[in-house]
Amino acid sequence: MSARPDIPAEEMVNIEINGQPCQARKGAMIIEVTDALGISVPRFCYHKKLSIAANCRMCMVEVVKVPKPLPACATPVAEGMKIFTQSEIATGGQKAVMEFLLINHPLDCPICDQGGECELQDLAVGYGRDVSRFSEGKRVVKDKYIGPLIATDMTRCIHCTRCIRMLREVAGKMELGATGRGEHMQIGTYIEKSLESELSGNVIDVCPVGALTSRPFRFKARAWELQQHPTIAPHDCVGSSLFAHTRRGQVLRMVPRENEEINEVWLSDRDRFSYEGLYSEDRLQSPMIKNDGEWQVVDWETGLQAAVDGLRAVIDTHGAEQVGVLVSPTATLEEMSLLQGLARGIGVNNIDHRLRQVDFSDQDNAPLCPTLGQSLAELEGVSAAFLIGANPRKDQPIIGHRLRKAALAGAQLMVVNPVDYEFLFDVHAKTIVPPSQMAEALAGVAACFPDAGHGATDAVKKVIANATADEAQRSMAAALKAAGVATVLLGNAAMAHPQYSMLKALAAVIARASGATLAVLTEGSNGCGGWLAGALPHRGPAGGTVAAAGLDAHAMLATPRKGYLLLGVEPEHDCADAAAARSAMKHAEFVISLTPYASDAMKACADVLLPIAPFTETSGTYVNTEGRWQSFAGIAAPVGDSRPGWKVLRVLGNQFGLDGFEQSSSEEIRDALREQTGSIKLDNRQAAGAVAGAMQISGLQRIGDVAILATDSLVRRATSLQATPDAEAATRCRMNAAQAEASGLQDGHTVTVKQGEASTTMTVEISERVPDGCVWLQAGTEQSAALGASFGEVFL
Amino acid sequence: MSKATQTPGTELLSAESRATIDAWLTRFPAEQKNSAVLAALQAAQQQNGGWVTRELMDAVADYLDMPKMRVYEVGSFYSMIELEPVGRNMVALCTNLSCMLCGAESLVEYVEKKLGIRLGETTADGRITLKLEEECLAACAGGPMMTVNGHYHEKLTPEKVDEILDGLE
Repeated sequence: MSARPDIPAEEMVNIEINGQPCQARKGAMIIEVTDALGISVPRFCYHKKLSIAANCRMCMVEVVKVPKPLPACATPVAEGMKIFTQSEIATGGQKAVMEFLLINHPLDCPICDQGGECELQDLAVGYGRDVSRFSEGKRVVKDKYIGPLIATDMTRCIHCTRCIRMLREVAGKMELGATGRGEHMQIGTYIEKSLESELSGNVIDVCPVGALTSRPFRFKARAWELQQHPTIAPHDCVGSSLFAHTRRGQVLRMVPRENEEINEVWLSDRDRFSYEGLYSEDRLQSPMIKNDGEWQVVDWETGLQAAVDGLRAVIDTHGAEQVGVLVSPTATLEEMSLLQGLARGIGVNNIDHRLRQVDFSDQDNAPLCPTLGQSLAELEGVSAAFLIGANPRKDQPIIGHRLRKAALAGAQLMVVNPVDYEFLFDVHAKTIVPPSQMAEALAGVAACFPDAGHGATDAVKKVIANATADEAQRSMAAALKAAGVATVLLGNAAMAHPQYSMLKALAAVIARASGATLAVLTEGSNGCGGWLAGALPHRGPAGGTVAAAGLDAHAMLATPRKGYLLLGVEPEHDCADAAAARSAMKHAEFVISLTPYASDAMKACADVLLPIAPFTETSGTYVNTEGRWQSFAGIAAPVGDSRPGWKVLRVLGNQFGLDGFEQSSSEEIRDALREQTGSIKLDNRQAAGAVAGAMQISGLQRIGDVAILATDSLVRRATSLQATPDAEAATRCRMNAAQAEASGLQDGHTVTVKQGEASTTMTVEISERVPDGCVWLQAGTEQSAALGASFGEVFL
Repeated sequence: MSKATQTPGTELLSAESRATIDAWLTRFPAEQKNSAVLAALQAAQQQNGGWVTRELMDAVADYLDMPKMRVYEVGSFYSMIELEPVGRNMVALCTNLSCMLCGAESLVEYVEKKLGIRLGETTADGRITLKLEEECLAACAGGPMMTVNGHYHEKLTPEKVDEILDGLE
């Protein structure tokens, strides 16, 4: 498993392949050159994104003057080299290797899930013998349980070690290895355990045989029965490129679509396996209305009429300011666009998609749309990155991967976080403090720059002036100052922080003083889209001004409204303060929910349910964190009577007699918005303005970052993902040993957690990743839905 | 990855084992601590009566700051690292070519019959383990040969074997 030779790209050598002269980068392996030229060389262990192992020996080629065939994956090109990929020596070597590989490989293709898309099967057709000369008994390997996502049939393994290398080099943890020797060598975890990586599903793709296959997809369909459709991942602000595989209109699996600019060839487990949630039992099949507390299935006409009548009644009796509109940040741009048009058309300015945010002090100065400020690919080229309230490994696994690549290449990564999140590389400097002290810690870094407060408001200047930098903070500032290309990145925990505006102002100060790019990550797959489409209380589409600013997502729940219109939102799971959300919904006179799912909680609070399509069943657009507009088509048959959200909203607009609801396609909506935003260049810089004051919290602080597998309604219903260690960990109440002792608790104890009136019971886990005076209770989970503010005070 | 923090697991290694490992570590560059893994496993094996537990392998991994899986790989690859409990004495009869030509096979048969166990097994009283598939020990001139707890015994005959084995505690 040697590393790739690192030779500057500009040096070229002249070689000849199959008689064709060509040029190649000096030091490139033969297989890289043949791949680039489209000359096929068979291989199993070679993978362009992994280190070279050269242990399958399948890629034998002939090099003139070398008396034996050489592995193309591990032979660097040299000046004047003459290579033959189809000669007798080459194919003779390939065929011989294939015969060895097939010695122990079972002939169970008819019952193997890989059948039809198997690299071994394909190559065996070309290079295998018709009859085996091996008459001895074949090797049998006992299957291993490596978690709910990946099925194993290790007898089929050909020991290419791609899975080992993928987990070690890309996912960052050596979770699989090759134990034993020779005939007894086995790939596995050695001890029975579930893979923990958030990128573990990629071993399915890299496995050239049927040894590692998708467990949820097991025995569901044959590869040749599936239709492949391109689409976009709906969970994080990366927007990974996907292929959905469907049969008769039903999505049966998701696989990565190679896109070097975004997800390369990888996919997070969340993006890969969340499709299971598409067909959960509580999918809403048809419109429903509540009549005297009883749910009634109705047709669309009745449902839509009930929605219009209900909304009208609230507006007529209480005024339009008594209606709140909440939209999920995973809704499409088109849905957000029409929803804000509908809301504003009926006089409602209380509309927001920033459901987990609580501090909106600086929203009037905010740029058009918060973005990464650079491309995802550029992220891996930084020489320093300063992460604030960010856990990219779990929140945006692809960004985590890009940053890890940067770190391995020598970049210095620094963090100020409320939890000592695990990074699978050396962190240059870190400050782990309770949420209430994060601003102070940032100010410490800012104070290391001369004249740091230049252009900042007095409040920010004062915080910087009062701060004293410790060793870690000085080292962060020094690394940022010294870095050629640096970025300061605000993550999802920062965004949900009660002092988000202060953190952002300080981050901006640090970024400006160090010349770093400020990056702001948004929630959901379409957080950027929400800003562009004007799903905001204070701005219209493309940042347009509105007559009167409405209430933000937090205020809409903190000061309950009489009526709510929800799009794709499960209030107790998706909002910053679950208790406030529950109570607001319960006491509202009228709640209409456009949703793919009707949970019991939803049925308890809503009055009209309209089934809208999840991302696979509607066309739409997500704008990712780079500001990249990614449109996709509806690729699966709708479940029951559900309809694309934009169509439902268009009809609602017509019912209200509003203008601007005549679109005949989602593209029309998108193009209209595109025209409005087209000339605006995205930029994270914002004018200095109001910032939130210090957090008023005296007791135990809750750290309520969103759990990786609880981010939205779809992933919460993906049953296999919910059985993984990541999902399990999120259900626990984590604190450090000192705090546990102070609270009289031990690891494994059951504890009642209270926030105001709300309470739930959880299992205690001792974790030194949590700072003193804090409890790490992740948000979005069932447990969290019974609690209150994600970053509020908590009692045990 | 943890930066040289002494995780609780490393306490399983005795002071003596740690001293041995530390001595080996001085021979390798500081960033290549994993070079000492084989020596560390042997030290752990010695401390534990001839075999290593999974916990001890974990301790070695933590001590050398390397992935646990990597230590399992090394431990399961080398035949001199035992992963199952063994007897008090490890007897390894060479059955490679030179020794075989000198009669190693009949010697193995003799020892198996004498002790009532097959290669790879341990006597019921825990006195002797016969190593499975011992490969060439580079004493071809003295074949047939065996090692007892690492000490070489050459030009073996059934009588000589009796004497050596009967003398083991």
